[in-house]
Amino acid sequence: MSDPTPGRFRPGSGSGASPRRASGRAPSTQPGSVVIVGASAAGLSVAEGLRRGGYAGRVTLIGEEQHLPYDRPPLSKQLLADGWDGDRVLLRSPEQIVELDLDLRVGQRAVGLNTDTRQVTLSEGEQVGYDTLVVATGVSARRLRGTEGLTGVHVLRTLEDALAFRETLRERARLVIVGSGFVGAEAAAVARQLGVEVTMVTDVTTPLADALGTELGAMLTEVHREHGVRLETGVLVDTVLAENGRATGVRLADGRNIKADSVLVGIGAVPSTDWLAGSGVPTGNGVECDATLYAGSGVWAAGDVACWRHPRTGTLTRIEHRTNAAEQGLHVARNILAGRDGAQPFDPVPYVWSDQYDLKFQIYGNTRGAERVDIVQGSIAERKLVALYSSGGRVCGAVGVNMPRATRGYRTHIAENAAIAPLLTIGSPA
Amino acid sequence: MEITLDIDKCCGAGQCVLAAPEVFDQREDDGVVILLDADPPQDQLDAVREAAAICPAAVIGVRE
Repeated sequence: MSDPTPGRFRPGSGSGASPRRASGRAPSTQPGSVVIVGASAAGLSVAEGLRRGGYAGRVTLIGEEQHLPYDRPPLSKQLLADGWDGDRVLLRSPEQIVELDLDLRVGQRAVGLNTDTRQVTLSEGEQVGYDTLVVATGVSARRLRGTEGLTGVHVLRTLEDALAFRETLRERARLVIVGSGFVGAEAAAVARQLGVEVTMVTDVTTPLADALGTELGAMLTEVHREHGVRLETGVLVDTVLAENGRATGVRLADGRNIKADSVLVGIGAVPSTDWLAGSGVPTGNGVECDATLYAGSGVWAAGDVACWRHPRTGTLTRIEHRTNAAEQGLHVARNILAGRDGAQPFDPVPYVWSDQYDLKFQIYGNTRGAERVDIVQGSIAERKLVALYSSGGRVCGAVGVNMPRATRGYRTHIAENAAIAPLLTIGSPA
Repeated sequence: MEITLDIDKCCGAGQCVLAAPEVFDQREDDGVVILLDADPPQDQLDAVREAAAICPAAVIGVRE
């Protein structure tokens, strides 16, 4: 079903070489077939990268969800706030997907892998053979123990999660958000704008201080308070309260109860690697790869699930961001086509954005654990600024609030790990 | 080459400007993409396709 049809349009086919199976004329390093497990941003990006690189062999894309590849960041933003319909979050149009000439299997889950015979087992029992495998199975939302099957307890990971949560926001007056990461903070902003009463419960003292530093974390906390979010900080949720199978609130570890009509749990995610058990693919905090995103035995990994040895720090690193998924996907595609000897290390400048109320955050590089934070443009008072994060006198990250273009200007300095001192003197407010 | 932009989706990442600076820029205030050249020369095709591929909000469409 997936053999390329001669003469059929395919990206990359305009370069002069006619599309053909790699078995004959393609360079010997190119695999005869590639199977990508995971049909979200990273998986799609691998497929596109292969075709754009001129690969004409069989590409199988397997996705657990019964949807064409779709985008997740809008699930806690526009889909909730602006009432987007499900089609609006598709990453590519159905026509663009057809042009990629994929053996596309949506609604099918990979349940097992045999790296000796090079076969993936699907939930229906079918075996799919490969020469090269890419693991792009992402992560799944962490849940609170004992909440399985309870109505009114939500997570935000899939389109169905988001549509169900949106219904709740329309109908339910009081919401408790457990966790104060980006998902929880964005959902709080949307819920307040829709007039829902919001209490955010978090075990940290200042939401997002780990990612933004205490000063910007405090500013963001203040913004949420101004918009009417009740914050319970430095306290754990003990249990979700329920009556007749429906959530009625939460009990905190200090014994207090908070009543609510629904509960959103935003306490992080775990890599989806269960299906790799016993396969020999190294898993720990995700699929463990070398600096080129290669995990051995013809297996590569990309996106949220990939835990690669960062070429600069030498440490195993895993990033759960949308931009990283696309960049790693393209990088894996290039490395597959380059072959093991030509594969390049993956050395990104991570990027993430967040929209909360009228604030737009842009975050480049690594801000966590930075020794110091300097505001080099704008100010906290204006809620419009660029902050630079540095360690050992070297720039490691930048955060912009409502200054996206100016913030991007510092990306090069982060990529070069430049000295911070000269940037402090030239960075006067624009 | 025909470039289409779904502006409402733009998150202001500026990845397109990094990939194809002769074709894309960003608005100063909100970072939303600006098309500098609606019909760029053919030698920009690779850069524009790269921009479309890495755009984290699937804003950019390209037709050859």
